[in-house]
This record gives sequence, C-alpha cells and structure tokens, in this order.
Amino acid sequence: MFSTNKQTVIFNNKPRIIGNFSIGGPLESKGPIKDYLHYKLEDDTLNESSFEKAERKLLEHIIFGAIDNANLQLDDIDALLGGDLLNQIISSSFAARKFGITFIGLYSACATMAESLALGACLVDRQVFKKVCCATASHFSSAERQYRFPLELGNQRPPTSQWTVTGGGASILSHEGKGPMITSATFGKVVDFGIKDVNNMGACMAPAAMDTITTHLQGTNSKVEDYDLIATGDLGKLGSEILVDLLERKGIKLGQNYSDCGNLIYNKREKVFMGGSGSGCSATVFNSYILHKLRNGDFKKVLLVATGALLSTTTTQQGDSIPGIAHAVCIEGGE
Amino acid sequence: MELNILDYLVSFVVGGLICALGQILVVRTNITTARILVLFLTIGIILQTIGVYPYFKDFAKAGASVPIIGFGASLAKGAIDGAKTSGILGVFQGGLEATAGGIATAIFFAFIIALIFNSKTKHLK
Amino acid sequence: MDSEKRNQNYNTYVEAKVPKTKFWQALLKAFVVGGLICCVGQLFYDLYAYWFPTLSEAQLGSAMLSTIIAITAILTGLGIFDWIGAFAGAGSVIPITGFANSIVSPSMEFKKEGIIFGICVKMFSIAGPVIVCGVVGSVLAGLIYLII
Repeated sequence: MFSTNKQTVIFNNKPRIIGNFSIGGPLESKGPIKDYLHYKLEDDTLNESSFEKAERKLLEHIIFGAIDNANLQLDDIDALLGGDLLNQIISSSFAARKFGITFIGLYSACATMAESLALGACLVDRQVFKKVCCATASHFSSAERQYRFPLELGNQRPPTSQWTVTGGGASILSHEGKGPMITSATFGKVVDFGIKDVNNMGACMAPAAMDTITTHLQGTNSKVEDYDLIATGDLGKLGSEILVDLLERKGIKLGQNYSDCGNLIYNKREKVFMGGSGSGCSATVFNSYILHKLRNGDFKKVLLVATGALLSTTTTQQGDSIPGIAHAVCIEGGE
Repeated sequence: MELNILDYLVSFVVGGLICALGQILVVRTNITTARILVLFLTIGIILQTIGVYPYFKDFAKAGASVPIIGFGASLAKGAIDGAKTSGILGVFQGGLEATAGGIATAIFFAFIIALIFNSKTKHLK
Repeated sequence: MDSEKRNQNYNTYVEAKVPKTKFWQALLKAFVVGGLICCVGQLFYDLYAYWFPTLSEAQLGSAMLSTIIAITAILTGLGIFDWIGAFAGAGSVIPITGFANSIVSPSMEFKKEGIIFGICVKMFSIAGPVIVCGVVGSVLAGLIYLII
C-alpha cells in the first residue's frame, strides 16, 4: 500500500471482491440493469410499517445476500462498512444491530459506496481485517420526506431534479479468493463551486468528480483510455454533461467509456428528469451491472467515481451553498 | 335551477389566469408551495385593504374566491369589519372568525384522512 | 483565479446549461386546471344558493370553500392529488386546493411519528406560514382601517 499523493492509494495486495448482492426497487427493476439485479422488489414497503424501516430491512437483505453470494457465514466477516442517506445513518446502524459484528459507519451522502469500498480495501490490504462487507442503500420515499416534501404534496419537480433510487448493494472484500480486484483508490476532497440550487445536485457534485478524477489519473499515472468504463455515481444527465465540459477544460477528454450510474439505472422514457440519485444509485449499478461485466471479462478495468452532495435541509435553509465530494475506486477484472 | 354560463366562463378565465401567473413564478424561480401560497395570500390581503377586491369578486365570482387570494381577502375583510363594529378587539377577532369555516374543515379533514390513509411512494405516470 | 470569481463563472455556466421547462405548455396546464377548479367552486356556490336560499353570500362562499377543501383532502388521502399537482403545478396550488393539500399531506406523511408528534405537530409544517402571514396581515389591515 503506497500513497502517491495525499489522496491516492495503490493496493499492493489487491483486495478481491469475492461476493456481491444488489436489490432494486419496483422502478429500478424495470430499468436497463434489470437483468443484472440479484433481487427485484415488487413492494417497496417490504411489509414494514414505515419507509425508514423498509430501508433498514432492504439493507439487511443486501448484507445477508452478499455474504451468501460469497459462500461465507456471518462469522467470517470481520467488519461491516456502510452508510446511507438518512440522518445519523440510522438505516446502516440499525441494520448492523442485527449482525453483531464490527460496524464502521460512513457518510459521504451518495458517494458512500465508493468510500466504503476504498476504506474497506485499505483495511483488507493492510490485513487489519481479512474480510469486510461494504454495503449501502437508499430509499426514494424516506429520502423524499427527509430532504424534500411529503409524498402526497401536489408539487411539480423542477426539470433538473433527480429521482432517489430505491435499492442498494453490498460487496464482500477479501484478502484472498477469486474475483475482481481493487487496485487503487482516491479519497476525495470536499469541493464547493457555490451552487445553491437543491434541485440541481448534478451541478453541485460535478466539480468534486472532476477534482477526484484528475487526482486519480495523476496519482495512478493512468489515462482515460486505460479504463473500459469510467462511471460516476449519480451526476445525472446534466451533471455528467457538466463534468465532461469541466474535464475538457483541464485537458482530459472523456470518451465513449464514460457513463453515469444515474443515467444507467432508469429507462430513457421514465419521467425521472435528470436520472437516478441517492447512495443506492452507484451501489445498485456497481454491484449488479458493473461487477457482472467485470466477472465475465467484458470490462477489464473500471473506475467507479461515486459522487455525493453534502447538504442538509438546515444548511440550505440557512442559505449555504452545497459542497460535493467524490471518491474513486479502480477495479480490475481478474481470476 | 338556472346556471349563468357567463359566471362559469369568467370564473374559468380569471381563475386560470391567476394560476398561470403563479406558474410563471414556478417555472422561472422554482418557488416552493409554501412561498406561492403566502405570496398570493398577501396579494389578497392587500387587494381587500385598498378596497379593490369586492369589485374584482363581483366580476370574477369563484375565479376570485377559490384562489388563495380570496382566502386572504376574507381574512382582511373580517378584520376590517371587526374594526368597524367593535374597534381594536374586532381587529384581532374578525380575521379568523371570517375564515374559521375553511380552517376548521382543513384541520378536521387532515386529521381524519391522516388517520385513515398512508402516504404512498410516488408513481411515475 | 480566486474562488469567488470561479464560483460566479460556474454558476453562470450552469445557469445556461439547465434545461428549461416547456414554458407555454406548463402555463396552459396551470391555466386549464386552475380554471376548472374555480368552475367547480362556482358550481358548488350555485348549488348551495339553490338548496339553501336563506344563506348569506359570505356563508355560501364559506360553504363552497369548505367543500373544495374536503374533496381535496379525500383526493390527497387516496393518492390522486399529487398526480394532479405534478401535472398542473400552480394550477392546483393557488386555488384553495393547494392550501388543503399542504395541510393533509404532511399529516399523512408523519403519521408514523404518532398522533401528537406526527399528525398534530407536522400538520402545519408547510401551510403554517399561510395562517401566520394571514393573521398578521389581516390584523395589520384592520389596524390600518382604524387609523385612517
């Protein structure tokens, strides 16, 4: 493990992703990634009495599923790394209550999946832990009530708004075994370009993604063409256009290999405006579509750059601008 | 029972125009529900205070009273009428007295409906 | 480049990139739905005037508004009103339906936190400003009348 700058980490022992699991909500299960999902929800309440409880249960299922997928028992997992969007990351911590293993709660808003993978890889690479589970989920209805308005309020969503993904995913990282390996990661800086529009998350997060991508490419001495896929987390249609522009000004040209999880998750015809968002967005797409393609060899090298907008309703009401963060993880296919 | 078609025509056009005016704000500024409501309510209070609203209502019928402008105007009218009949005490009593029906209905139904129904995830059309 | 300048440039750039709502279409939807809601109001007004000829104009108006509020509350409960709202925008917000919907929807949403702390406390979390501004405004209006 070697830190080339103060952000990028190269993993010498190459932690493997030996198991993964993803669940999509009813809408996500109709989208382009439907064939790659491990489980499709028909009822987004999961027979729970509230959406917060549903999100918690969703996360429990995801973690169990991933452990099962890796052919392991709960005892084999040394630590659980995860987070979600709800205040005090209640979904993850309350889900962790059920497992009785070491829990490291993380919060980077929608960038939590990449953060947990990067941190998990650090821990496994140094053999602090042998096997860790990285899990993240989000739920449209619980996020909506926390960040926006009651579900039944008859208001119009602005054209720049995004749709919080109901779903999530988990990956099991191990120091040994078979599966795609995490070769490097870049922890992001909090970047704020002064956007105050809560309905335009893409524009808030694009500068952070730009910062992390440039740092990662420098830190690992790689080029855009080296990757089969560079996937940002949930910039959405507008945000990814902005990112392409921003990087072009820095002399980095994103090509056909660039994609955004928020654009991948829903059909074009759905009225989700700019696409998916939420911590479950990158988690679901990564643990279904991307890992599947890495396993079957369609992708050799993937850079996952999950982006998060670090706001709360308090900060926006007090007139603060919205800072963004992006964490990058490089995953390579391998035996 | 006879319905005056003209009343409906004028209600539709005036009510619709007020809403279209609000929609311009929504499209241009992404204004939130609470802000639109307060803004148009205040317009109603002002129209009543300067004495324009009664003429406007005579002309536009439900087109003037159904938008929240009408609610604001009733509040102001209640307070002003109260001032006429019982001075300063009426100023404080009149407003809510005039709108008590609407507010009580809203609170009562909100309570009952909330007991019966649960919020559902938004479905895409 | 100092960060303030950079932020300003970025905001201008984003402003230009943001997709615009179909302006005239949105306006037309708001116009039609808003107009229709007012017509429904007029219909109830006429009905009540026919059924109860003794009522005063103010009482008829109040009864009509209460009816629309009740209908909106039921439509909100059934999960229909948020569709109307998403379609019409200001067309269903500015009529008294918007006021009713903004009281009913948070009550339903926060029911899980209990009757007192959920329904009762959150009921006016959106429409509270309407009552506050309305009362303050009306008192001011009355005071102005007294002084003049």
